[in-house]
Amino acid sequence: MAKLYTQKPSNSNTFKPKTETINFLLNYSKALKVSTYKGLKFESILN
Amino acid sequence: MISKSQSDATLVSNYIKGDEPSLSILINRHQQRLYSFIYSKVYDRDVTEDVFQDTFIKVIKTLKLGKYNEEGKFLPWVMRIAHNLVIDHFRKNNRMPKFNNSGDFDIFSVLSDGTLNAEGELVQSQIVQDIRALVEELPDDQKTVLIMRMYNDMSFKEISENTGVSINTALGRMRYALINLRKLIEKHNIILTN
Repeated sequence: MAKLYTQKPSNSNTFKPKTETINFLLNYSKALKVSTYKGLKFESILN
Repeated sequence: MISKSQSDATLVSNYIKGDEPSLSILINRHQQRLYSFIYSKVYDRDVTEDVFQDTFIKVIKTLKLGKYNEEGKFLPWVMRIAHNLVIDHFRKNNRMPKFNNSGDFDIFSVLSDGTLNAEGELVQSQIVQDIRALVEELPDDQKTVLIMRMYNDMSFKEISENTGVSINTALGRMRYALINLRKLIEKHNIILTN
């Protein structure tokens, strides 16, 4: 049977990062705290 | 609705003040463009995902540390970070080239550790048996020379001393032994390769 090439699969979701990546970034952002002490900045992950 | 109306600059400023959902809006707004941008350079889904993640980790750190000062140019700034990380990725890969098994070709089908697998060992033992049987079919004088040379690893001088013939005769017998072995292999239609 002849193949039909007219219908292209939708690739609206193909160029997006995985949900896990996005969730990781949002959680990382929530966990990252920057504290200042005597003019110095310290990063800490509160997890 | 709110997310559409707020500019990047506002969202960035809100995020710096501690409004976490602003980051989510920023990522959602720019994820597709940034992801496509990275993918267009690296052509690998996993690497794109890694670079995308590293880019935003850098963005988050810079914003939280209060080092961001490019008001109104959020996306170009993020793209530049991604671009630099892509360059870093290629630099790292040049130092440590990675072979990617893609498509039909698998490097491990070409490379082997030199040891035989179970099937190879069976074939190998079969070959040894076949050769022994063929050698038995040779005339005695040729068989003696061949066994001394190939199995006992004797020199032609030693063979001539042991059999009481000249070196040239021993060499001749060896030559005929090999010729006859080839004939026998053809006659019996034996394949002697592993």
